[in-house]
Amino acid sequence: MSSIALIMMISTITVVTVITGYFFWKVLKTPPREEPDSFSENDDEKR
Amino acid sequence: MAQQKEAWGSRVGLILAMAGNAVGLGNFLRFPVQAIQNGGGAFIIPYIVCFLLMGIPLLWVEWASGRFGGTRGHHSTPFILDSMDKRKFWKYIGVFGIFTNLAVAAYYCYLESWTLSWVWHTVTRSFAGQSQEEVAGFFGDYVGLNSVEPIIFWIICLVLNTWILSKGLSGGVEKVAKIGMPLLILFGVFLAVMAVSLKAGEHGAINGGSVGLNFLWTPDFSTIWSPKVWLAAAGQIFFTLSVGMGSIQCYASYVRKKDDIALNAMSAGWMNEFVEVVLGAAIIIPISVGYLGVDKVIEMTKSGGLGLGFRTLPFLFEQWGTVLAIICGVFWFGLLFFAGITSSLAMGTPWMGFMTDEFGWSRQKGAWSFGAIVLILGLPTVLFFNQGVFDEYDYWAGTVSLVVFALAEIILFAWVFGMKRGMQEINSGGDIQVPKIFGFVIKWITPILLLGVFLGALITPAGNDWAGALQNGWVLDNGSIIKQITNSGLKEQIAAAQTAGDQALVDTLTEKKLYINASRLLLLAVFGGVAYLVYIAYRKRIKEGRFV
Repeated sequence: MSSIALIMMISTITVVTVITGYFFWKVLKTPPREEPDSFSENDDEKR
Repeated sequence: MAQQKEAWGSRVGLILAMAGNAVGLGNFLRFPVQAIQNGGGAFIIPYIVCFLLMGIPLLWVEWASGRFGGTRGHHSTPFILDSMDKRKFWKYIGVFGIFTNLAVAAYYCYLESWTLSWVWHTVTRSFAGQSQEEVAGFFGDYVGLNSVEPIIFWIICLVLNTWILSKGLSGGVEKVAKIGMPLLILFGVFLAVMAVSLKAGEHGAINGGSVGLNFLWTPDFSTIWSPKVWLAAAGQIFFTLSVGMGSIQCYASYVRKKDDIALNAMSAGWMNEFVEVVLGAAIIIPISVGYLGVDKVIEMTKSGGLGLGFRTLPFLFEQWGTVLAIICGVFWFGLLFFAGITSSLAMGTPWMGFMTDEFGWSRQKGAWSFGAIVLILGLPTVLFFNQGVFDEYDYWAGTVSLVVFALAEIILFAWVFGMKRGMQEINSGGDIQVPKIFGFVIKWITPILLLGVFLGALITPAGNDWAGALQNGWVLDNGSIIKQITNSGLKEQIAAAQTAGDQALVDTLTEKKLYINASRLLLLAVFGGVAYLVYIAYRKRIKEGRFV
């Protein structure tokens, strides 16, 4: 691969992967809201 | 009739369902072809810019509009839009958000059924020992309905979609997304590794995987200021995110006001970008270039990615031996199937939401009626695929309608609902604070970009040569909306066939014109039918005193 193609590919893949990972990680790390919230799976959980 | 209360099961499930709605066959078949045709690696610059200035703002607008309407008891765009302004015509603009989903599902489910069928044929070794021409011919025979098999797979696919929809959001759609999205990513990573690690001389490959990647990612910076490239990038962003359809608003309408949408929209949107840019770019082109060479792939991409995906890849997988051919074929078409079904399920929910809200239908009745409509509306795309009905649905419902609706909804959100209220709505309950600059972007930049995409499609110059059109006079391309309406391209072909004295071709093309015009009338009838239902619902609401 040419250097310029390699730079374009690696930089794009890195940026997209890091940002995707960051936002998904932030979703996972954010504690759930007080009930009633929008989601039914945690409705029976004690808080 | 009893109504079941819909809700999402979990936040991750909602995000995966939203990402699944966006991730479709286009991520793997359309994006790499668009990149190749529009400057290679340089395409990613306008693509990312358009994602930031058009894609992300539209995602926020649709999530916010959906949640705003949902808190007022509306789960489909006619009355979501209606709740955002006192003028009465918005609910008829909102008809697009149901019509588009019905019409796109009608042909998309057929496309989805091909992936199921190709999984079956991979496992049963139908492609074993076939030449490239034979595999390509298999596709031609299939869509030419040389047997009833395509109809059987289509019906299976429709019943599967309808059955899942009848299980509701958390019990059906979300469960499929939770299984389908991780599997899709797993399959994609496996195939990307296989493609990239391809070595010249092994299993008959003439190039290594890096040759295809080099071909795809080498930037041609001379194209960067071309309007054609920017329009292609904006179009790709637009279609990959499934904005302008009404399904995002529907999904978001089940989110409460105090819960986040700003971060959720970002997470789902970027997940789609990961699948498209990282996985989508690393499979089809490296494998195709590895076996066919750059010139042949350039030639093949002129007819889009479907040809490579269905006519060519099964043959190329066979070069890797029986075991890998089965694994890779199942993974590739399985990946496309999951990409397809998570999108087609989203197309069913606006209709179901509308009928439940307005006519008190049960979830099951909504789902099975959706299946019945898609069956009736989709039948012409199956039976008359070669007469251009499939492409006609794709053009008017899957392309033009999306841009028109997105343009209307962003004008409503930014200019009528107002950006002050709009930003408050986006940030309400947010786990991230949307930067204020996006208020300006949503009000000015996104509508201008959308208008550019619409005008670019409306008056596309001949050969997509914008510079030439500005200098030498504007001649419309036969692919422009104006010329499409008048069937100019087809008329030219008929005239040329008449001049050449080829009566058989004249008859074929005349018949095609008839089918194309009939399919347009059918689509118009569907739009009119949904608009009439909205009118009845409106009268019903007035009668019941349901308007505040």
